[in-house]
Amino acid sequence: MFDFLEDYDLLGAFWTTVQLAALSAVGSLIWGTMLAAMRVGPVPLMRGFGTAYVNIVRNIPLTVIILFTSLGLNQTLGVSLGADDVETINFRLAVLGLIFYTSSFVCEALRSGINTVPVGQAEAARAIGLSFRQVLGLVVLPQAFRSSVVPLANVLIALIKNTTVAAAIGVAEAAVLMKEMIENEAQLLLIAAIIAFGFVVLTLPTGLILGWVGKKVAVKR
Amino acid sequence: MSSVLYDAQGPRAKRRNAVLTVVFVVAAAALLWWVFGTLKDKGQLEWALWEPFFSGTEAWSTYIWPGLLNTLKAAALAVIIAMPLGAVLGIARLSDHVWVRVPAAVVVEFFRSIPVLVLMIFGLALFAEYTNVSSDDRPLYAVVTGLVLYNASVLAEIVRAGILALPKGQSEAAQAIGLRKGQLMRLILLPQAVTAMLPAIVSQLVVIVKDTALGGAVLTYSELLSSANTMSGYYGANIIASFTVVAVIFIALNFALTSFASWLERRLRRAKKSTGAVVGADEAQIAGTTGTGAGGTV
Repeated sequence: MFDFLEDYDLLGAFWTTVQLAALSAVGSLIWGTMLAAMRVGPVPLMRGFGTAYVNIVRNIPLTVIILFTSLGLNQTLGVSLGADDVETINFRLAVLGLIFYTSSFVCEALRSGINTVPVGQAEAARAIGLSFRQVLGLVVLPQAFRSSVVPLANVLIALIKNTTVAAAIGVAEAAVLMKEMIENEAQLLLIAAIIAFGFVVLTLPTGLILGWVGKKVAVKR
Repeated sequence: MSSVLYDAQGPRAKRRNAVLTVVFVVAAAALLWWVFGTLKDKGQLEWALWEPFFSGTEAWSTYIWPGLLNTLKAAALAVIIAMPLGAVLGIARLSDHVWVRVPAAVVVEFFRSIPVLVLMIFGLALFAEYTNVSSDDRPLYAVVTGLVLYNASVLAEIVRAGILALPKGQSEAAQAIGLRKGQLMRLILLPQAVTAMLPAIVSQLVVIVKDTALGGAVLTYSELLSSANTMSGYYGANIIASFTVVAVIFIALNFALTSFASWLERRLRRAKKSTGAVVGADEAQIAGTTGTGAGGTV
């Protein structure tokens, strides 16, 4: 029953999914944190930029963004992100698109975390003479990150699922393999069950573990 | 909160902020300069490529409008089917009977942890193999199937969060005057929960509208995004222009929905008559974190 699997690189496809998710997660955590810092910072122009970025980007379908990285950035404008072969280019473009999109949700998750820090904390920090960077870096963000673990975990799970959108530009991840297998084999339900199982294995533990961590590290108030 | 993070600015802070602003403007200008330079080099700023959208209605009536209608059709069908399904699943998860609660929970958690695209591809193959739906209609069926399966389980979590958010006194009072379980749910909890859930449901609409684009990119469903592709073929490779127009339409549509959701939320939180229970636009996903917690609004 499972014989046909020998012809396909199932683990390889899911490994690509994991790589896409991991690289995009790191990238969007960095860019999303910068956006969140801009959104709560004292410089009006940066605040405006952060707000505009989040409101615009999260209202564009990820599919439009990913497809644009390939058709627009790569094929029209000639951006290749330092890669030569099509596969690597598309992989990097997909990561770029995922970071561009996901960072707006990371920013919102962090901001919701910052909002759970009581005003008194920041006031006390300012009262002892800390600067904005110190208030944010030493007092507010450490607490905010701890209460953002759960919303960030939700963003990560959504990111893992969103990596399938890279199928739109032909990155060989799990959804592309699923399409290929369905076209060639007559075992639809089994194939769907295997792919679904793969995603459940990726997302369910992530949610459970990070949910537990989130409860563990959250500041009790 | 954000204003609490820093003091009223003195001369040094003002100077530093001015420097930061200048640096930021320079960086943004450099990026814009590069973007415009590249666009110009590749001839993407030629008026001929943008003209179809500004003069005449052909581009709108032939490509964009039908595409937008198909997007809205798929989204509307998905919502209409997913709502009752989600309500049933959500209520089933709150059942007193283990044999109802556990299967409902398994179904909800399963479909929430699988990408919509996988569900859509599965749907497409399913309709091809086991039904005689014509191959023209299959993409629509597949898109709606995928959206319904995923969003019904997300809506189930929203319903559950809405009912759980109601004050305990509501069900206690209903039990005290002798209502049955069904009456309690139908007459007391659901009507109040529906109001409380409205913001979360409206913002879930945004997710549904965005996900229809998957149907265009992968399943050959002729919605708004795929109309951009066709257009750029017809009007001479104006990818940048077509994608910009399509993105702006998506942004306008979704921004209207998001604004409506937050307006509803503010209104409900202010309302004096209500119980004060509101499932906010972003709260549904937080409320459902006991399981996988797959974010609803992402």
